[in-house]
Amino acid sequence: MYDMKALYEAASVADAVALRTAHPEAQIIAGGSDVLVQMRAGKRAGKELISIYGIDALRGVSLDGEENLRIGSLTSFSHITRDPLIQKYLNVLGEAVDQVGGPQIRNIGTIGGNTCNGVTSADSASTLHAYEAVIELTGPDGVRREPIRDFYIKAGQVDLRPGEIQTAILIPKASYENTFGHYIKYAMRSAMDIATLGTSVNVRLTADKKRIDRCRIAFGVAGPVPLRAEHAEAAANGKEISAALADTFAKTVLEDINPRDSWRASRAFRQHIAVESARRAFVESVRLAGGEL
Amino acid sequence: MAEGHVMQYKTVRFYLNGRDVEKTVDVRASLTDLLRDDFSQTSVKKGCEVGECGACNVLIDGEAFNSCIYLAIWADGKHIRTLEGLLGPNGELSDIQQAFVDEAAIQCGFCTPGFILSAVEILESGKEYTDDELRKLLSGHLCRCTGYENILRAVKKTMYRRLGKPMPAD
Repeated sequence: MYDMKALYEAASVADAVALRTAHPEAQIIAGGSDVLVQMRAGKRAGKELISIYGIDALRGVSLDGEENLRIGSLTSFSHITRDPLIQKYLNVLGEAVDQVGGPQIRNIGTIGGNTCNGVTSADSASTLHAYEAVIELTGPDGVRREPIRDFYIKAGQVDLRPGEIQTAILIPKASYENTFGHYIKYAMRSAMDIATLGTSVNVRLTADKKRIDRCRIAFGVAGPVPLRAEHAEAAANGKEISAALADTFAKTVLEDINPRDSWRASRAFRQHIAVESARRAFVESVRLAGGEL
Repeated sequence: MAEGHVMQYKTVRFYLNGRDVEKTVDVRASLTDLLRDDFSQTSVKKGCEVGECGACNVLIDGEAFNSCIYLAIWADGKHIRTLEGLLGPNGELSDIQQAFVDEAAIQCGFCTPGFILSAVEILESGKEYTDDELRKLLSGHLCRCTGYENILRAVKKTMYRRLGKPMPAD
């Protein structure tokens, strides 16, 4: 038995918005692998819950009219990894979320929950930042869209306004087209662990595959929220591909990141693995894109 | 009961090991509570109760879930399988259960039902997995007795037997 005050079940998005408005203090529960654990620990004990888990309309991956990728917020990690559209256009996201927890967690955990809890270590978050994902939120006044960078306010807090729920995560076509990425999770164990550092890089090469046309990199656990390393990106954009470029790019991330000391790892160690992960993820992304190094 | 809790119940109807069942549950119950207390499915173990150890694992619509962090009300309309559903009509063990016995993949037995249900999902996919893939697919379970090697071998042996292929030498 969970120590909850009351439970409200939403059957549709409209229903969820109405329940959010009627019970502003209630906590939304999607898959529950964070919320129920926190409730068990006493952190959210005695709270009201609004369950959105039953809204099947929020599950699945599709392409919209402009060929932007649309990931329903309740799509589980394992379904994202197995999805043919993800495998074709955004395989790095499928690989990243395949490193969350263990198999059972990946069956219950949702990408919406992973982003709405606002945690920097979320395995989906760095890749979504690196692809400039757009968050779709539905509330009493309809639908609004917001870049993921603005959605994250601070550690544990996202821009989810009264009455709103997150309904989808969109990846614009211009962001995934001809783009190849690689994610590296650094953790103490290879399963059932939280990232000490998460690094997601993606590149688009010029037609002759000699130069970097666009490079993007985002980290989890390199700051209080997931962050892009813009100096590093600028150091790579437009440049000719070489091993020296990979090194320059990797070292430049130190101008962008601000990791902390925690019991998992020191700031200095996180800086060290950030440089090494950036280099390896860059090299792999270039290789996937057909470039030679 | 939490102070200020409003008593709430919901009637859920679902399939338990192929049987159509119905129960009115307290909305605060986990699926582990529902399966153990109302349906005597005592193979569903209460271990960590925070989704880390895998002892409460069951199959829901063919996928493995830790029932301790799954609300009982979400069972509505689902097909749920527990270890009890693997037994034959006269209580015979299924091939994967027998393999766990044969390979000494059990000591205290607490993790076993959870492991076996993950193994069922693996085996029913009909795919041939490498050792590394099998380790990853089984990584959501903790066993403090066996050291995992015998468990891996039991699953692998059954996988090859069902695929009709000889098991490669280690």
